[in-house]
Amino acid sequence: MNMQGLHEKKEGVILSVRNLSTSFFTGSGEVKAVNGVSFDLEAGKVLGIVGESGSGKSVTAYSILQILTHPGRIVGGQVLYKGVDLAKFSQRQMREIRGEQISIIFQDPMTSLNPTYTVGNQIGEAIRLHTSRRGSEVRDRIVELLTLVGINEPQKRADQYPHELSGGMRQRIMIAMAIACEPDILIADEPTTALDVTIQAQILELIQKLQDELGLAVIMITHDLGIIADMCDDIIVMYAGSIAERGSADDIFYNPHHEYTKGLLHSIPTMEKTDDMLIPIAGSPVDMLAMPAGCPFAPRCPSAMKVCMTDMPEELEIGDGHFASCWMNVKDMVMAEAGEQHE
Amino acid sequence: MLRYFLKRLGLALVTVGLIMTITFWAMNAVPGGPFEREKAPEPRVKAVLEARYGLDKPIGQQFVMYVGNVLRGDFGISLKTGREITTTILTGFKTSAKLGAMAIVVAVFFGLIFGMTAALFRNRFPDRLIIFLTTFFVSVPSFVLATLLLLVFSITLGWIPVWSATDRHMLLPVIALALYPMSYITRLTKSNLLDILGQDYIRTARAKGVAGWLIVVKHALRNALIPVITYLGPLTAYILTGSLVVETVFTLGGLGREFITAILQRDYPLIMGTTIFLSVIMIGMTLLSDLIYKIVDPRITFS
Ligand SMILES: Nc1ncnc2c1ncn2[C@@H]1O[C@H](COP(=O)(O)OP(=O)(O)OP(=O)(O)O)[C@@H](O)[C@H]1O
Ligand SMILES: [Mg+2]
Repeated sequence: MNMQGLHEKKEGVILSVRNLSTSFFTGSGEVKAVNGVSFDLEAGKVLGIVGESGSGKSVTAYSILQILTHPGRIVGGQVLYKGVDLAKFSQRQMREIRGEQISIIFQDPMTSLNPTYTVGNQIGEAIRLHTSRRGSEVRDRIVELLTLVGINEPQKRADQYPHELSGGMRQRIMIAMAIACEPDILIADEPTTALDVTIQAQILELIQKLQDELGLAVIMITHDLGIIADMCDDIIVMYAGSIAERGSADDIFYNPHHEYTKGLLHSIPTMEKTDDMLIPIAGSPVDMLAMPAGCPFAPRCPSAMKVCMTDMPEELEIGDGHFASCWMNVKDMVMAEAGEQHE
Repeated sequence: MLRYFLKRLGLALVTVGLIMTITFWAMNAVPGGPFEREKAPEPRVKAVLEARYGLDKPIGQQFVMYVGNVLRGDFGISLKTGREITTTILTGFKTSAKLGAMAIVVAVFFGLIFGMTAALFRNRFPDRLIIFLTTFFVSVPSFVLATLLLLVFSITLGWIPVWSATDRHMLLPVIALALYPMSYITRLTKSNLLDILGQDYIRTARAKGVAGWLIVVKHALRNALIPVITYLGPLTAYILTGSLVVETVFTLGGLGREFITAILQRDYPLIMGTTIFLSVIMIGMTLLSDLIYKIVDPRITFS
């Protein structure tokens, strides 16, 4: 395998996930956490992944980096990074990718840092692993990174332990660690969920700023479509391990073609909508151990038809780069064709 | 930090004082005395002996005298052998310290190794074997284990001599003493390591590209060590009491044997000296384990 090519900068699509499926083989059966997911990520662009809790967003991210834990494993599909399939990589080969080409930050900055090492040490570890910097060069780089992520008194902070820093500050540390080796892709797995609202905005701003300055491609995972509206170029809507709809941010916001996406949009608070105008999606998420035969969203879908209960809809291209997996679209298309023939 | 340490030291001195007082009074409250045996000496002889060792004075006065002497570093002489208590204790302690230190090292070293192995091979053969053996060692009392070892390896198989000029005869006592704490540390390390390997910061380390073994050694083991360090205090207590039994079974002339003999013979100064000495070691080790704890876990603050 040509690992050398992976270090070159590349334009266009740098990550192409094809039909990715990941399952957890638990005592009570196979949990198909990710089920045939496909999407592309372009260099320097921001891709949002939204979906409610348990929809498989994190598992998708962990599958890309192969940091799944037992009993989870990739059961099918490809993760093409610059044309090379990472799903076929060994753990040893993946170590060259993680933190160097593709980095990730997590939901809970309180528990994601090792409590027994200083934050400088933990950032330095990434630098030493992937670069030839040693000694004072590492220290200089740590201070540079801390400054970059907006931490005051970087010299002092580097020698502090995680418990001495606030949640927002720890997430900045995580970000510093993630960008330490100038990766091509940054995956942010609900980076603000555990933080105060005021801090949330700051962290998102920081990620946007770094994305812009360093030309990172970002995968922004969230269950709150509202907070990433302004920053995403493309958006994927996930439901029960599958992609319900994907397209440009405009497609998703102004031309949604899946009932679940519509439901999500109705549940976003905005300036015009007051609390009692928000409509939460009725029903509860599917039982991942007993997936329905048809569309997983059908039991909760206001416009479900008979076919929705029995058959899984194919992904249909609605417009350029805009896909949805919903029988409604098939029906509309058939009706439109029938209408044409009628004339 | 220093203030905390001084405070702990002060408390430790108070504790030793209390132990000294309680032992002194309890020892004297038990009927009988050093010169009363089945074949009691003549009352006249006994009176002379008691006067010589100050045992004829009221207990309160005896206690004050004793404390005064101890403060001057004089622990008195043995009623039985006439040797200085300090000399007796230090001689006995040489053997006991060697035995205890070796047992602690063995227990911690193998406990960590077996615990790690069990965690990394969870639910597979090595784990099952280790858990089976440690369960066995934890549930069998040390005097049974000591006797069993002696019987099998020294008497039946004859592999290890009961006594030798080199330290080879220390092997079985060390094993007998170390098996229980080793098993305990194994189980402690295993459950901790499993818990820690599931923590978010381990995932962070993997996501950074750290190699699997380095994650265990650098990120997990250090955290898994913390409970083991807190166990060092109780471990010392176990080793101290355990050595009483083991030294007796293997007839090693250690402090434990000295102590038991002293109690059986009502050798008051020796009982006092040994008790004080053992409690100082015990308290010292607890203090030490607290300090190491602080070094390993930066979240601990002393106040
Ligand atoms: N270790 C595991 N064992 C069994 N099933 C798991 C495990 N981890 C995840 N899953 C399953 O995978 C599914 C997807 O989980 P995932 O963590 O990707 O959800 P998510 O979309 O990230 O949700 P959240 O918003 O809560 O983070 C869940 O329904 C869960 O049942
Ligand atoms: Mg998640």
